[in-house]
This record gives sequence, structure tokens and C-alpha cells, in this order.
Amino acid sequence: MDRYADMFSRLNEKNQGAFVPFVMVGDPDLAQSEAIICQLVESGADALELGIPYSDPIADGPTIQAASIRALSHKIKVADCMALISRVRDKYPEVPIGLLLYSNLVMAQGIGNFYKKAQDAGVDSILVADVPIREAAPFQQASQDTGVSQILIAPPNATDETMEKIGEYSTGYTYLLGRAGVTGAETAANVPASDLIERLNKHNAAPALLGFGISTPEQVKSAIDAGAAGAISGSATVNIIAANLDNSEKMLSELDSFVSSMKAATIKG
Amino acid sequence: MNQLDTKFGEFGGMYVPELLIPALDQLEKEFLDAKEDPSFNKEFLSLLKDYAGRPTPMTLTRNLVSNPKVKLYLKREDLLHGGAHKTNQVLGQALLTKRMGKKEVIAETGAGQHGVATALACALLGLKARIYMGAKDVERQAPNVFRMKLMGAEVIPVNAGSGTLKDAVNEAMRDWSANYDTAHYLLGTAAGPHPFPTIVREYHRMMGEETRAQIMEKEGRLPDAVVACVGGGSNAIGMFADFIDEPSVRLVGVEPAGKGVHTKDHGATIVTGTKGILHGAYTFIMQDNEGQIEESYSVSAGLDYPAVGPQHAYLHDIGRAEYVAATDEEALNAFKLLARKEGIIPALEPSHALAHALNMADEAEEETIIVVNLSGRGDKDLEHVIRVLGDDI
Repeated sequence: MDRYADMFSRLNEKNQGAFVPFVMVGDPDLAQSEAIICQLVESGADALELGIPYSDPIADGPTIQAASIRALSHKIKVADCMALISRVRDKYPEVPIGLLLYSNLVMAQGIGNFYKKAQDAGVDSILVADVPIREAAPFQQASQDTGVSQILIAPPNATDETMEKIGEYSTGYTYLLGRAGVTGAETAANVPASDLIERLNKHNAAPALLGFGISTPEQVKSAIDAGAAGAISGSATVNIIAANLDNSEKMLSELDSFVSSMKAATIKG
Repeated sequence: MNQLDTKFGEFGGMYVPELLIPALDQLEKEFLDAKEDPSFNKEFLSLLKDYAGRPTPMTLTRNLVSNPKVKLYLKREDLLHGGAHKTNQVLGQALLTKRMGKKEVIAETGAGQHGVATALACALLGLKARIYMGAKDVERQAPNVFRMKLMGAEVIPVNAGSGTLKDAVNEAMRDWSANYDTAHYLLGTAAGPHPFPTIVREYHRMMGEETRAQIMEKEGRLPDAVVACVGGGSNAIGMFADFIDEPSVRLVGVEPAGKGVHTKDHGATIVTGTKGILHGAYTFIMQDNEGQIEESYSVSAGLDYPAVGPQHAYLHDIGRAEYVAATDEEALNAFKLLARKEGIIPALEPSHALAHALNMADEAEEETIIVVNLSGRGDKDLEHVIRVLGDDI
């Protein structure tokens, strides 16, 4: 089963792009996190990108760092995250679920073992933020062994050599960076990023989802108009959680309107 | 593709976001080009000699060692401009920064020694420095913060995470991810992603080369052992590099055992650590079962780092170097002893190396020559030592 391919072909038929929100599993705690993730799907998320909290997230800005700290304050473990994901998987059998995390969390369990656990939980893809293509071989091996897609990142400064490798190895989708720097809604993505999308297409890379600095429906629309298969929004989603820690009802209703409006912007034409 | 090996055995590598790979490649290329450029080398050597004060002396201790079979020498990096060995490689990387046409420097600092070295090099060479420092360290190391500011550097306190060195490194890497076009990340130790461990070693290797020449002149033979403290491991790797291919020379790295390696309060990554990835390299790190990074601890801020340079991990793995640990208490004793017996106040970092060297000296049964890298002077530590020991010494 290839949930990403199925999703992209479903969306193509409907003439839509994908909207993919990111949240940290366990933020602000496990119970609320599960409710949040289900809300994202109910409100129209086409796929989910889920973070596993880590102590030293070098690719993340203050918003996602704070989400990690909130989750880790409850001593959340990788096994807790996998169990939660497994329940979400049972509830939504068709929604692609991607993990976004850091290498040491994978290494600590053994690469093959980690991918196996992810596969068992119903995870479709893994993106390891601090593993560039040059270090990816053992991760790609685990990806091939389990069928969990290894997501590659196409940065704005990618050399042709990198683009070629992405063309050769990417599966699931390609994470297209909207700009340099770390995650965060403070600095907007340089959409539409058409040059990069063209280069990816030339190398037959997996469909591009644009992320980093995506926080408005206008950005989603222009990314998709430029040829991206969809957009990922992390910090803007997590900001809604952070702003409503003392009122979960309001948190869920604000997430609902945010996701609905971002999803609406994926409708082409 | 890389022109140099990115790994030492299984250790090292480039575990960074894809975004930073072009900047690391550019750095490797400039480092290699500069190596072949006589004008670069001339300027580096001239700065080391006329500005920083190289070569540093090597001092035979007179009163410290009671065992008559043992001669204990100190490589006097405490006499280098800036007060520690850090100045060597900072000058090298600052020249590389200019060579790359970049005008800004990003750096991290724990105790502030690398920050001070970066600030002085940037003042000298007309570069703009911004230095990330854990908020806790900013408080603990006020005099060094003032020194950095005095020399024109911007000091940015980091509140994220635990507010110490590892978080300052994280923040520096985040800054670099956004600004690699205009800024160089001047990493302060022989750790981090390739090519930093190699560059930092090469720009510190004169410590070992001078030691070799000085000991040959004084003793007519190589030393039996070279001893250096290991946090990230820059002074040790600079000292070891020239002796790695001399099997008769024991290489001994001394890690901070803090309150004891059986407690949680230490920074002895090789002695106790497990393998993992931190700050771009696969090496020995301090972590829990889940792979979350744990805080290190040492009385000496310069050794208080939860990872270690990957070449040390490799030298340990192949058995070429030995790694041991000295506690806070042992280091403080050596600190006092050197002051009392030789009139030299060392930094707390090399006091760890000295503590172990003194044990080696006590146990030696044959004629033995030991060289300790006295990597920095203790002025920066006085306030801290007074707090720990009281002024009744």
C-alpha cells in the first residue's frame, strides 16, 4: 500500500493540492495531542507530519523547540509516540503519516529496529532532519527493508548533484524547503519557488511539498500554483496549540478553522 | 563529494540538515586551497608568532614531582595571547573567513574562552563577531562576557534548552543555517561535522610539533607520554596529532569525572559514554536510553560538554590513545599544587590532565618523561575556585 501515491492521485482527480499540518506528538501532553491530531484530519488535513520530541532540535526555531520541551516535560518516550500513532492509524486507515525527527532518536533504538517499529505503528514515511543525502545510506537501507519511505529534503541552495540524488532516491514525497534557516512562521517562505520545483521535476523527484515559513492560505495557493504538490505548515499550527494551552476547546476550534482555510487554498482553479 | 575523509573509522561524518552541506563543502575547499597558498600560511604563521606569542615555552617542573625517575614537562599554552590554546585555531579560521569573502563570524562559547579568542581575532582582522552563550554561562562567566564585549563582539545569551554550551552550539548552528552566505561558523573545538574536527586539529597541531622539537632539544628523545585534558578535545588532538605515528609515545586524554563517573554529574563521554550523534558527528555522547541528550557536568566549564571530538572516539576505539577521567576534587588538588610548587596557576581544564600525570609520575618505576599540555591559565577560574574552596587554602 502506498498511501502517498494514493493521496496524490485522489487529489489530482479532484484538482487539489495537499495540505499537510505538522505537530509534535505529545504536545502539550499525550491525551491532548491525540485529540489535536484527530482534529487536524477531521478538519481536512490530507496527510500528517508528526514530530518526535527531541532535546536538541538544531533545525527548529523557537516554536517547535518549545513544543518539544512541552512534550518532554511529561517524560514522553518514543514508544508512547508510536502507540499514539498506531491509534491514529486505526482510526484513519488512508491518511499518510510521516515522522519528522532527529538522527539520535533513531540511532538509540538501532536504525533497522526503529524503522520496523514505525512500520508496525502504521507510519508511511520518515524524515530525519539532520541526515543529509551523504549520510543517508543506512537509513535508506532500513527504508527499503520496511517499505517506510525515506523523505529527502531539497534545500534552496541544492547543487545539481543533490538534485540528481533526490531524483534517484526520493520516495513518498520530497520536502522542498521554502527558504534557508530553521523552522518558524516568523520568516516567510520564498514562494512560489518555481525554479526549484522545475529542477525537481526535471530529475523526476517524488512530488514536492513545500515547507518552512508557510503560515497563510495565500502561500499555500501560490506554492500549488507554482507546481508544488502541496504545502506543509508546522510552526503556524503549533503556535495555535501554544496560544491556547489553558483552553483545549478553543485550541481545537482554532485549529479547525486554520486547517479548513489552509485546505481550501489547495483547491485549484 | 568530499575531498577529505569525513570520518575517523565509524566516527564523525556530517549529520547536519541538507541545507548546511554546501557551506561545509565550501569550508573544506577553502581549507584545502589555503593549505597550498604560501601567502595564507605566511600570514597565519606571522600572526601566531608576532601576535599570539608562539612558540610557547616548555617548562620542566622543579618541585612538583617527588619520584626521581620522572621528568614532568609543561607545554605552556597558558602563556599564549588570550590565555589559552584556543587562540591558535581561531586565528586560522578567522583567516579562512576572510578568504571566503565573509565578513561575519558566528561562534558558541561555554566558559567564554573560545568566545574571547574569537572576539580578539575578529577585532584584529576586522570581522563582526556574534557569540552565542548559554544564559547560565553568561551569569557564571561575567568577566569573559565583558572581555568579549570590550573587543567588540556581540554576546547573545541562549535561554533555550538547558541554557549551557550545547544549547549555544545549537543556536549557532541555527543562525548559520540562515546566514551561511555571509557568515562563517567558527566552531571552537575539534568536534562537530566534517570538516571542523580536521581543520581544528590542523590549526592546533603546532602544539605537538613544537613539543617534539623542544623535547628533542632538551632530552634528545621523544617523551614516554603526552597527557592532555579532553572536553571537546581540541588541545588534546593538537598535542597528539604529531605523535600518533610514534607508537612509543603514550597518548593520554583526561576527561572530567566531575563528582564521579558513577554519578550523573560528570562529562566523561569516552570513559562512560555510549555512541550517538550530537552536533553533526557520530561519537561518544551523554544520553538516556531514548537518545535524548543529557547534561554534562564539570567544575571546569571548558570540559563541560556532552560529546567529544570524533577523532578521539576513533583513537580510543583502535586503542591508540588511552582515555581516563579525573574528578573535580583531583583537579582542584592539582590546581593548588602547581600554584604552590611551581608558581604557575593553571586553568581548571588542564588541572585534570595534571592530576592524572601526577598519578602516572607516582607509579613510574622506570625513567619516564611526561609532557602535560597546560592548555590555559587559571585567572579566569579564580572567582569560581574561591566559591568552591573558600579563600582559606
